[in-house]
Amino acid sequence: MPHIDLPSEYPGIRSLFIYSPVTAKPLNDLVQTLMHDPGTSTLTPGERELIAAYTSSLNECKYCASTHGAIAKYQLNGNADIVQDILKKDINKAEVSDKLKALLHIAGKVQDSGKSVSSDDISKAKEQGATDREIHDTVLIAAAFCMFNRYVDGLATWTPDDAAVYDAIGEQRAREGYLTKPFVVKNPANKTV
Amino acid sequence: MPYIPLKENLSGITGLLDYRKDTALPIRELTQILLRGESTLTEGERELIAAVVSYGNECAFCTAAHSAAADLLLDNNTIAEKAKFEPDKAPVTGKMKALLTIARAVQKNGKLVTPVMIDEAKAQGATDMELHDTVLIAALFSLYNRYVDGLASVTPSDPAFYNRLAAILKDKGYMPSENRYADL
Repeated sequence: MPHIDLPSEYPGIRSLFIYSPVTAKPLNDLVQTLMHDPGTSTLTPGERELIAAYTSSLNECKYCASTHGAIAKYQLNGNADIVQDILKKDINKAEVSDKLKALLHIAGKVQDSGKSVSSDDISKAKEQGATDREIHDTVLIAAAFCMFNRYVDGLATWTPDDAAVYDAIGEQRAREGYLTKPFVVKNPANKTV
Repeated sequence: MPYIPLKENLSGITGLLDYRKDTALPIRELTQILLRGESTLTEGERELIAAVVSYGNECAFCTAAHSAAADLLLDNNTIAEKAKFEPDKAPVTGKMKALLTIARAVQKNGKLVTPVMIDEAKAQGATDMELHDTVLIAALFSLYNRYVDGLASVTPSDPAFYNRLAAILKDKGYMPSENRYADL
């Protein structure tokens, strides 16, 4: 049960967006430009979503990891295998570029603490062709999901068990971006009237 | 030295918010709403949450900046110090103590917030919105701390720098403003 009185027909961060629209606005503006808009980064939306899914998985935030894993799948033309490896935190097995592996490694450090990122981690990413801006974007995505994960779990929001819910959210966000309305989800905890 | 090229005259978070402005704007807006917007928590109390979380994350720049801002807004130079080093003895209300306990849990991981912590805060008079804002402020500074340290931005060693920064945060808030850092 959530720690505060949240609308029960919306899961995870969606319930918080409905509860507090004034903070929802900048949070959604941030993910729209950081994660979705194609021209704002040389990392593809699929690559950015994998960084978010990986960070969320390391934070054990099931809602965010499942959601951004599903968005990544749709952004990567349905490639569920890559997403599964990332959610299992197996970045070496995942079929992604060496550059993205090096960036995911940096994201993992950021998840632990900003101070864990070493100049060696940065050099390795640059050797694989990562630009300064891509390194920046990776650190900011990982940092942002350390925020979102804490917001979602710190208030004990509803985390659905049904994989189909995450798949539907992932499909919506990959197609529409982050600025459209969330849809209602049937919450088994709600008593039928 | 920072891992990416940042303007030399803009240390800590200020250089990062200048480096990529399209992401900086919503981060600034969120901070302005949470730390300066309408709330039943005072601006000083909210800066205290930011200072305590930044201290937990060992982010020297954010800890110094938000401790100085809390000192200025609370008009007291010892409360932030106590809240960081001896939280049980900090001269704050029972409600703030309970909210700071929740903030420290969020700093480590959201899952560490327990119903007991929430019940204690509610027993001390905390509202749902105060609980919401405390968790989101703690989460936001978990972002800032990682952004600042993850790219190895410069941390000035002169305490006077942070007093000047705190004055800007008090007078101008968190939104972009003309010649914002001219006095730094």
